[in-house]
Amino acid sequence: MQVVETDAQLVARCRAGDDDAWRELVERFSRYVYAIAVQAFRLSDADAEDVFQEVFARAYENLHKLRDDNAIRPWLAQLTRRLCLDTLRSGLREQPGETPEPSVADDTIARLDEALAVHEALSTLPDNCREILDRFFARDESYRHIGEALDLPPGTIASRISRCLVKLRTELEGRNPASAQSGG
Amino acid sequence: MADYDEETLADLLRTLPTPPEAWVKAAQEIPLARRGLDDIVERARADQAFRAALIADLEQAIASAGYEPDPVLADAVRQRLSID
Repeated sequence: MQVVETDAQLVARCRAGDDDAWRELVERFSRYVYAIAVQAFRLSDADAEDVFQEVFARAYENLHKLRDDNAIRPWLAQLTRRLCLDTLRSGLREQPGETPEPSVADDTIARLDEALAVHEALSTLPDNCREILDRFFARDESYRHIGEALDLPPGTIASRISRCLVKLRTELEGRNPASAQSGG
Repeated sequence: MADYDEETLADLLRTLPTPPEAWVKAAQEIPLARRGLDDIVERARADQAFRAALIADLEQAIASAGYEPDPVLADAVRQRLSID
């Protein structure tokens, strides 16, 4: 298992001016911010890109205002949510239409929080598992493509994915024993 | 999360798609862009000719100062110097 820096440790390094830490922070939360914009608020690609860049620009400028370094994820979620709503309101003024209900967006964000927890657990798995699960599920690559990229026979990929999912589940249950007891 | 069955995990892994690589790279370069921004703004305040060059052709003047004239940096310079 890989040791992964906590959010608070990463934020502290960013605040100290460590550019590598900033790159890691963007990498860690980029999917989350992107997903809020395109899934919870269904922004167009152009609007989503504007929001995405603005979220990280504001986060960089205001990182010193974060009171609890462990709260970086909800802070980014709130910032993204606010900027998405501003974008939608501004679009409505120009071209009236429908916007997602805030409660629906909040439900989606709650699900994205769960997905982020799974991705965080994924980041602690050995490289071979992390890569194959990410390629297959998040990047939607075919067995053939994965086989070529990782130099694996396509016939072994399904079983490897299955084994890696078991490892991921074990990692998650280690983090959240209640779910293991629930029979999941 | 109540259960971590295989289907749920697969579903949650699919839930966070990868954003375009260029977006991530641009966000990762914010500290570099900001350092360039401070240098450019400081120079524009001290050097009228450089300020005039920025007003005439922002991207070109940023490039001639040795910085990548990416849109994030150009917008930030425009705002800091109130160039329209």
